[in-house]
Amino acid sequence: MELRFSEEENAFRREVRSFFEDHLPARIHARLLEHRSLAREDIVTWQRTLNARGWATPSWPTEWGGPGWTPVQRYLFLDELHQFPAPEPLSFNVSMIGPVIGTFGTDEQKARFLARIANIDDWWCQGFSEPGAGSDLAALSTTAVRDGDHYIVNGTKMWQGMGHRADWMFALVRTDPTAEKKQAGISFLLIDMRTPGVTVQPIVTIDGRHEVNSVFLDDVRVPVANRVHEENRGWDVAKFLLGNERTGIARIGMSKHLLRRARAIAAEVPLRDATLAEDPAFRRRCAEIEAELRALEVTQLRVLASQQAHSDKPDPRSSILKVRGVELRQAAAELMMRAAGPLAAVAEDEFAEPQPADEAGAGTPWAGTVSPVYFNLRAASIYGGSTEVQKNIIAQTVLGLPRA
Amino acid sequence: MNFDLSDEQRLLGDTIDRLIERDYSFEQRGACLQEAGGWSRRFWGLLAEQGFLALPFDAAHGGLGYGPVETMLVMEALGRGLVVEPYLSTVVVAGSVLRTAAPDAVLDTLVPAIASGERVLTLAAFEKQARYDLAAVATTARADGDGFVLDGRKILVPHGDSADTIIIAAREAGGPRDRDGISLFLVDADAAGLTRHGYRTQDGVPAADLTLEQVRVGSGALLGEQGRGLPALELARDHAIAALAAEAVGAMQATLDMTVDYLGQRRQFGGPIGRFQALQHRAAEMLIEVEQARSMAILGALTVAEREGEARSRELLAVKHRIGRSGRLVGELAVQLHGGIGVSAEYAVGHYLRRLAMIDLSFGDSEHCLEALAA
Repeated sequence: MELRFSEEENAFRREVRSFFEDHLPARIHARLLEHRSLAREDIVTWQRTLNARGWATPSWPTEWGGPGWTPVQRYLFLDELHQFPAPEPLSFNVSMIGPVIGTFGTDEQKARFLARIANIDDWWCQGFSEPGAGSDLAALSTTAVRDGDHYIVNGTKMWQGMGHRADWMFALVRTDPTAEKKQAGISFLLIDMRTPGVTVQPIVTIDGRHEVNSVFLDDVRVPVANRVHEENRGWDVAKFLLGNERTGIARIGMSKHLLRRARAIAAEVPLRDATLAEDPAFRRRCAEIEAELRALEVTQLRVLASQQAHSDKPDPRSSILKVRGVELRQAAAELMMRAAGPLAAVAEDEFAEPQPADEAGAGTPWAGTVSPVYFNLRAASIYGGSTEVQKNIIAQTVLGLPRA
Repeated sequence: MNFDLSDEQRLLGDTIDRLIERDYSFEQRGACLQEAGGWSRRFWGLLAEQGFLALPFDAAHGGLGYGPVETMLVMEALGRGLVVEPYLSTVVVAGSVLRTAAPDAVLDTLVPAIASGERVLTLAAFEKQARYDLAAVATTARADGDGFVLDGRKILVPHGDSADTIIIAAREAGGPRDRDGISLFLVDADAAGLTRHGYRTQDGVPAADLTLEQVRVGSGALLGEQGRGLPALELARDHAIAALAAEAVGAMQATLDMTVDYLGQRRQFGGPIGRFQALQHRAAEMLIEVEQARSMAILGALTVAEREGEARSRELLAVKHRIGRSGRLVGELAVQLHGGIGVSAEYAVGHYLRRLAMIDLSFGDSEHCLEALAA
């Protein structure tokens, strides 16, 4: 048994870090250090910088144009990225649709899309959830009816992350409403957002930000050539996609960054004759979260090692990483909010430029950036398989307990 | 022992409940937030018309002479409605300072103006370095002729951008955190040298930072005894905590009701999600928290009326500690059980979490209160 990374792996980590130091524009870095939202161009610019280095698609094998990294390299890359912090490669492109097209797509689809996905020449969004299909995704009711070499798609999709910035949406649609098992009648389509009949409507969330949307599909004509995998076999693709990207799911680097920020804020808060950063209760809570992050880090490495040994097969224990990873990010965000105390009450526009102290709310330039992280992370235990769904997976798939 | 409301109290509670139901639905609230200043003068007028703005003031000055239990009933309803109008600032907090420290002549003018809705008041108690410490007043007051000159900065003054009159805590003597040496002044919002920078807090409530540069006030602006303002501030804080506890209970009960309703309506996997025991247990946890919080709101209301000094403040620290914890937990669980719709700003449940989180940050968060209790 050996917990340390190899010399090569440590060298790789240093190489990643120095690339971020040399290439991430200072303005973008400053915004991320304070958990401020980024404009579309900032994300695209950075992804193209990574792409030029061959690093935009950490999980892709070389045959798709990816770096062909081991699970450990992917982990190290994302951990450095989250801690730095630098913008994550656009997950809808890189972690979701890219691997789907690489695995299930035709040669034409690969040639048409993969390189554009890596470079965000096309920005993608996910069209899975619907008003009536959340945790019970297979209950989706958006229909696609064959009309010659097109499908006519009708329905409503919900929670499209960055859908307002997207050029394309990958969507699950019902192609066989008569199928006995509801999972059996579903297909996976690629929909050009500029097609007539596609309408995007913003959903503002409780962090005051506009990230997600509803997408209305009204007699949208989608070429049959834009279907991935066989008709009525879309559920296989969905399962692959949802089980696929588990490498960085614990987001430990994000929690570390949150704790660092909580400490930095605490160091600005006078308390008795010192600062909050020296307060035993505050330090104790930091230490408590850090100890548990260490445990999760090793759990994550254990899952990685078994993935490395078993050719990337999804591991149901990844649910542990999701559940506890989210809990720790939420705990760290709450601690940061507690450090800020009353100053965290200030609200400001998500794209606001930082104001000088005498013009900022509560005389504190970062005041408005604290609470949105706490509110935003309330959604993290809901999306991507809610904590309740993950616990069902653990109970039924890992522990083998009977279904209700 | 008796936890029953009197007939008169029940009537008062029913009246405010009906007003919220009729005039402050979630949609109507959205419209109030859009009005000038971020709150509704029309709804404020309705509160005035029905006597709610006169509630805690003596009949001798034009008030109704009610106590903290009546305030609790009103605040609980305002919590259910997520009301953003300046009831807490004007009636509860400024009201408490005025009742404690203002001379009769001032009360004779101000109480009718508050009761009619004509004048909005607020207390500028906190400064950036103070966190939750009422004694940490760096703003200075210097005697000058027959009046005073005030200099300093105040932050996060609730409704500070639209208040007509602001109670300012300023230091005349002593070190930065001394209990003695703090005086309270009534300052007109349009006083020369007073600038206000308005913004909103995370719950949609308007707030402002104030800068005072050579603000001159007359001797009549002084509230209470010179240099002895802190006990009045502490009593106002304790009234605020009791009121916030009731408001939080109203908000928590509303989120619980919405959640139970949603668990029954929302269908996934072939039936209502409320049939899953894992979710039922979380709803049950919410109820336990709401009832514990309700007990704390009652304790707060009865304590603030009946006890004094350190004993009163300690009890209210316990109230605020528990309310902060329960409020967050109930709000977070409500969002979680609603799923995606819970984090959408188009739906009320997330706004309750926002308000409950801001209640936690007002006048001492749950951790701060816990440490103060343990110290």
